[in-house]
Amino acid sequence: MNLNLALQKKIGTFDFDVAFRTDSKRLGIFGRSGSGKSTLVNLLAGLLTPDSGVFRFADRVLFDSARRISVSPQKRRIAVVFQHSHLFPHLNVERNLLYGYRRIPAADRTIDPAELCRVLDIAHLLKRAVSDLSGGERQRVALGRGVLANPHLLLMDEPLSGLDEKLKYQIIPYLKDVLERYDIPLVYVSHSMNEMRMLVDEVLVLENGALTSQTSPETLARLRMKDCPMGYLNFFTLRDPVPNDQLWSYSWGNNRLVLTQSVVGTEALFTLPSKDILLFQRHPESISARNLLQGTVKNLFDLDRRIGVELDCNGQSLVATIVQQAADELSVAPGRELFAAIKADAFRRVY
Amino acid sequence: MFDLTATDYQAVLLSAKVALTATVLALPAGFLAASLLAFGRFRGKGLLEGLLHLPMVLPPVVVGYLLLLLLGENGPLGPFMHATGLRIIFTWWAAVIASLVVGFPLLVRAIRIGLEDIDEKLLQAARTLGAPWYDTLLSIVLPLSGRAVLAGASLMFARSLGEFGATIILAGNIPGLTQTIPLAIYDYVNSPGGDRGALALCLLSIGLSLAVLLCSETLIRALARRSKP
Repeated sequence: MNLNLALQKKIGTFDFDVAFRTDSKRLGIFGRSGSGKSTLVNLLAGLLTPDSGVFRFADRVLFDSARRISVSPQKRRIAVVFQHSHLFPHLNVERNLLYGYRRIPAADRTIDPAELCRVLDIAHLLKRAVSDLSGGERQRVALGRGVLANPHLLLMDEPLSGLDEKLKYQIIPYLKDVLERYDIPLVYVSHSMNEMRMLVDEVLVLENGALTSQTSPETLARLRMKDCPMGYLNFFTLRDPVPNDQLWSYSWGNNRLVLTQSVVGTEALFTLPSKDILLFQRHPESISARNLLQGTVKNLFDLDRRIGVELDCNGQSLVATIVQQAADELSVAPGRELFAAIKADAFRRVY
Repeated sequence: MFDLTATDYQAVLLSAKVALTATVLALPAGFLAASLLAFGRFRGKGLLEGLLHLPMVLPPVVVGYLLLLLLGENGPLGPFMHATGLRIIFTWWAAVIASLVVGFPLLVRAIRIGLEDIDEKLLQAARTLGAPWYDTLLSIVLPLSGRAVLAGASLMFARSLGEFGATIILAGNIPGLTQTIPLAIYDYVNSPGGDRGALALCLLSIGLSLAVLLCSETLIRALARRSKP
């Protein structure tokens, strides 16, 4: 996507003034509440009129105060998925889904509703009242409703924060599948670093109505390691589960990892806090941890009394955090070979 | 005790006819005005609100007299009425117009309160999905405001049944032609030995209003069950 924006808006005592341009297909907007995220969402969707500035998206000028251009929300073709889904209570699931679909020119309807319902696994809900849906189902229907409007841009505003902690990430594989299949650019607004890392290529960080940085989610996560008690969260995309003597073995790039958890399907995402990884200088003959990976130290970062060690394990990156003393004893330095031990039950399933 | 005369029956029928016509005619404009006040953001909204609510606080006699001046032979609309051969004053249409003007603010108020309960995010969602404002009004606001519209309509209907001051000035008190229940009661009270007739019409009036209230309550409850979010 080609998004070019410089907008100013004053709301009471809050000053919003943000300018950026981006070419990434999946853009994240990150910030605390009150940082201006919602204002940006409303400005992008056209629900709020800026005081001044320019907003261009994919060769279309959607707002330009100098030329007195302001395209109305219904003509922007930017679909919004709100935090609380906001399904229409008087329409059933099917009529909710088709609300936007019916309002675009027939020639623009390239997404087949039946296929989308299969992808989102909501085909069995079509005749239900929206009040009979679970939180996750509501959010999938809201996503489907937005996507069926065949938008040029999908804008998601904290779509997961209203959901149950245990289940909330389950929509992410659906979302990724939909975005890839129909090639829709995404702007994803959230205060969750994990969601950013799972979904977007580039992150804008907002603070007090201003842009403080434009970076990759990985860089941002490492920058913020210091403030997070968990340290850094390693993400593992694991494939091809094979049963292995009451445990399960998965492939992680060119490595194999042994976990206690099984998954249905071929791919799953697991997390592991950096503090749960033990590092060894030499190969320990026998240990209780079921995973022992050999890796080369790629990078070190100082984390205020702890050291972050990034290992390259057969092309996959693994971050461990250790205290300064341990780092001295292991004489950790870039290029050094180390062994990392991980317990089979230390992994946490995300989806 | 219910020995009603033919003119009594006519008064009851006329009252129902006038109230129903006024309410039905007022509904579309009332819905639009309420939407404008609930969702619109424009200059002069306060003034419009004041003007719309004025007939509610003015004495009905004043409203009736102003309408008489407006629609009378020598009024600003007089030549137009003369040219088109339209006669309103002292016909049952005058009673309709009197009820319309006096009851309209009640209708708008009730609908507006209901509309303000609708989550604005729903309207925003509709707009980002490609619906212009009039489409949003018909496809989202109207279906979600059924209860409010019904409440407003029954309020206005009941108010119209009881309309007296403006009606007697604009429509007169002609038995069988413009004499509604309140006007008929007024006639009875003013004639010797009319107590029985007045009382009978009073009871009938109470019954009619009660029936309207019960009907609308039942409907509102049925609608509430259907449109729970």
